[in-house]
Amino acid sequence: MTYQFDFSFIYEYRAMLAHGIAYTVYLTLVGGTVGTLIGTVGAICRTWDIKPFAGLYQCYVELFRNTPFLVQLFLIFFGLPSLGIRMSEGQAAILAIILNVGAYSTEIIRAGLQATPKGQIEAAQSLAFTRWQIFFYVMLRPALRKVWPALSSQIVISMLGSAVCSQISAEELTFVANFIQSRNFRAFETYFLTTAIYFAMAFLIRQSLNLIGRYAIVRRPLP
Amino acid sequence: MPLVRTNRLHKHFGKNHVLKGINLEVEEGEVVAIVGRSGSGKSTLLRALNGLETIDDGTIEVDGTALVAEQGDLRALRQKVGMVFQQFNLFPHLSAGQNVMLAPQIVKDTSKEEAEVIARSTLARVGLEHKFDAFPDQLSGGQQQRVAIARALAMSPKVLLCDEITSALDPELVNEVLMVVRQLASEGMTLIMVTHEMRFAREVGNKLVFMYEGRIHESGDPQTMFANPATPEFANFISSLD
Repeated sequence: MTYQFDFSFIYEYRAMLAHGIAYTVYLTLVGGTVGTLIGTVGAICRTWDIKPFAGLYQCYVELFRNTPFLVQLFLIFFGLPSLGIRMSEGQAAILAIILNVGAYSTEIIRAGLQATPKGQIEAAQSLAFTRWQIFFYVMLRPALRKVWPALSSQIVISMLGSAVCSQISAEELTFVANFIQSRNFRAFETYFLTTAIYFAMAFLIRQSLNLIGRYAIVRRPLP
Repeated sequence: MPLVRTNRLHKHFGKNHVLKGINLEVEEGEVVAIVGRSGSGKSTLLRALNGLETIDDGTIEVDGTALVAEQGDLRALRQKVGMVFQQFNLFPHLSAGQNVMLAPQIVKDTSKEEAEVIARSTLARVGLEHKFDAFPDQLSGGQQQRVAIARALAMSPKVLLCDEITSALDPELVNEVLMVVRQLASEGMTLIMVTHEMRFAREVGNKLVFMYEGRIHESGDPQTMFANPATPEFANFISSLD
């Protein structure tokens, strides 16, 4: 084998790589947070069958869970301008991720809410709690605790999926990698590095979410 | 005037007519034990008393708050009627103290400090003041049930409903819960309980209600009823227990 590995480009493109990483982290954090909030609202609407939102949410969830993310992105970025809604590539990318996470997390959180034992809801009713109080004080925390691993996985999947946003020139990590590779023609090194960065980010995000789950959701005083 | 009064209470589950016109009157401070075979409607009656089951016809009145079939202010009724369940139903993510504090805080807008005072004193009433910070999964079944009683008491209900509260407990844990109930009865708490503990119903109850096929078949003073059953169905029921 005569191929000479050359990773010297890293230093040259360090600012760009940092920008790409930051952009991917931004898409993941904002998409994950806002998406989860949308999902929580959707889960409430669907659990309590609040009309007409339960039906609207169902259409939304089915639409986004049964179509490719790339097509959703293209529809938002290339399709919507025909209806007069124009967005920058950054706005389209974050919107697509938020909507995508929102759809999946609606179903994940709904599963958690529905797993609330009936007896606990009855106990809360017998204490004269309102429906919102039952949701907020009795159902939400145990539900999030139950589905937290699934929700964490979904957010990591969205982070990996955000690579697709390079297709509309949103300057996230994969876009930066493509750009660098088109300049230095070092395909293996560039994508090897990109792979390693994604792997590290996925690992860190998963660990952070585990910590959040352990301390913010399952927190209890020491016995 | 009775504290609790139901008038011609009817309830159907589909085609199944579960409550067939229940007229029940409970005076303040009375301890009423509802007994009967499974399927006789006793749990349904108890659950209807605080709106966990809707009623198809009739009225329920508790301390002046009326509930008419398909309408009425459930939350006002529920603030006067506490309930303890067979399966305890404590909130697993909250400590014993927080379980007791939550309802006064969010339903009655009691301050956190005041709610904690209430929680500590009600937990003391059930002998668990030292378990304030324990979580439900760190407590035995009997202790969980006593916390559940404290949680209901913290709302100062006019009447406490107990739905087979010792049925899910290991035999050696039954007594600690019954002792708490006995003490509540002696303090003048109005209690309506569905129970399989006949000896307890006989010793602590002022009134025994025997339900049979959706009706109150026989009711009265427990001592008299056990000594001289008025109906063959009740005689049958008590002889089947031995």
